[in-house]
Amino acid sequence: MQISFTLNGRPTTVDVAPATLVSDLLREQLSLTGTHVGCDTSQCGACVVHLDGAPVKSCTLLAPSLDGATLLTIEGLGATAGSNGLHPMQEAFREHHGLQCGFCTPGMVMTATALAAANPAPTEAEVRRGLEGNICRCTGYQNIVIAVMAGAAAMHATSAGE
Amino acid sequence: MRAFAYHQPNEISEAVKLLTSVEDCKVLGGGMTLIPTLKQRLAAPAAVVDLAKLPALKGISDDGVTVTIGAMTPHAVVAASPIVQARIPALAHLASEIGDPAVRNRGTLGGSVANNDPAADYPAAVLGLGATIITSAREIAADRFFVGLFETALEPGEIITAIRFPVPVAAGYAKFKAPASRYALVGVFVARFADGVRVAVTGAGAGVFRVAAMEQALSQSFEPTSIASIKIDAAGLTSDIHAEADYRAHLVTVMAKRAVTAASR
Ligand SMILES: Cc1cc2nc3c(=O)[nH]c(=O)nc-3n(C[C@H](O)[C@H](O)[C@H](O)COP(=O)(O)OP(=O)(O)OC[C@H]3O[C@@H](n4cnc5c(N)ncnc54)[C@H](O)[C@@H]3O)c2cc1C
Repeated sequence: MQISFTLNGRPTTVDVAPATLVSDLLREQLSLTGTHVGCDTSQCGACVVHLDGAPVKSCTLLAPSLDGATLLTIEGLGATAGSNGLHPMQEAFREHHGLQCGFCTPGMVMTATALAAANPAPTEAEVRRGLEGNICRCTGYQNIVIAVMAGAAAMHATSAGE
Repeated sequence: MRAFAYHQPNEISEAVKLLTSVEDCKVLGGGMTLIPTLKQRLAAPAAVVDLAKLPALKGISDDGVTVTIGAMTPHAVVAASPIVQARIPALAHLASEIGDPAVRNRGTLGGSVANNDPAADYPAAVLGLGATIITSAREIAADRFFVGLFETALEPGEIITAIRFPVPVAAGYAKFKAPASRYALVGVFVARFADGVRVAVTGAGAGVFRVAAMEQALSQSFEPTSIASIKIDAAGLTSDIHAEADYRAHLVTVMAKRAVTAASR
C-alpha cells in the first residue's frame, strides 16, 4: 500500500507492505539508520521517534499508522535547532558524557527532547521517571540524567534567545 | 510478522462489518500488546482492522454523574485530562503509572480492557468504580465483563467504543510495580460512593477481583486501620518468578491500605 507522511520536514510517499514496522521502514527502506532497534520487544526505547510530536516506540508501530502523520527521527533533530548542526540536547549529551557505547543514545535523545519540550526545567526525579522506557545497558544513567537536565535548560535558553 | 491485509474504517458499522465478514480478522487499538504478539507470531491474523480513524472512539466527557472515555483514548491523554483529573483523580493517576511515556502515548483504554491482562492496571479501575463497558452492540457492567485470564464478555466482532465511569466521592489506586515492566505485581483500586465502597485487585490472580470483606469494613469506617487485619487467601493467587502467592496475598492488604490513604487525601 502507498502511505504519505512528513518525514523530518519533507513530504514523503512510500510503498510498503502493511505488516511493516516503522523501525524497519526507516532503517531498511529509507536508510535512516540512526533509529536503533535494541530489544525488538517494546522495552528498551532505542527506537523512539516522534509521531505528531509524541515519543513512541517505532518497533511497535505499523507503517500504515504513519499515513497523514508527521514523523521526526534523530536524523531530523539536529537540523531543527541548535548550533553546529547539533540539537542542544545532543550537545548536552556530548558535553556531559551522556553516552558510553552510544547504542541507546538516539532513543534517549528523542525521549529527552519531548520531555524537555513539555517540562522546561525537569527535576532529577522527573527525568528519571521520564526515561523509564529507555534502557542503557552500559548502565550509564547518571550522566544521561545530568545531560537531560542540562539539555532541557539549553533548549529553553536557545528558544528564549531567538 | 506474517503478512496481513490492513483496513482502516471510518465508521464503527464498517469496522463491525469487516470483523464479521472477513475471516481471521483482528482489531488494532494502540498496538502495544497486539504488535509484540504479531512479531512473536503468537498471533498471525489474515487481516487487521485499525480503529485509529474512528472519531466516535475518541474524547472524554462529563455529564455530572459519570465520566465517559472513548476506547481509543491513549493512557497519556487520560492522565493529562483536566476532566479526569478533576472528577476521578485516582483514574488519571492510574493512567500516568502505566508502562512508560512511549507506551502511554500509544496504548489505549479500550485495548487494555479488551486484552484483560491479569497484571493490567485499568481493569482494577473499571471494576473498582463499577464502570460500564459500551460496545458496538450493547452495554456491559464491569461485574460481568472480566471473565477470566485474558478473557472478557466480548463476543467475536464486538468493539469497545467507550467506558462510562461513575464519579465516586473518593477513590485511590496503589500498585506495587514489577520493576522491569511496571505492570502490577499487585494493584488495588478503592472507590467510595454514597452507598458503599468497592475494592478491586489486579495482578494478584488470574484476573481482577473484588474483596467483599474489605468493602464491608470500609463501608463501616473508611480508614486504612479498618482493613489492616483482613487477610486474603493465597490459594488460587499467582506464583511466578516475581513473587509467590503468599507474598501477593500480603501485598493486597498493604496496597489496599495505601489506596484508602490515597483516597482520603
Ligand atoms: C513496555 C510495556 C509496558 C507496559 N506496562 C503496562 C503497565 O504497567 N500496566 C498496564 O496496564 N499495561 C501495560 N502495558 C500494556 C499497555 O497498557 C497496552 O496499551 C494495553 O495492554 C493494550 O492496549 P492497546 O491499545 O495497545 O491495544 P492493542 O495492542 O492494539 O490490542 C490489544 C488487544 O485488544 C483488542 N482490542 C484493542 N482495542 C479494542 C477495542 N476498542 N475493542 C475490542 N477489542 C480491542 C485487540 O484486538 C487485541 O486483542 C505495557 C506495554 C508495554 C509494551
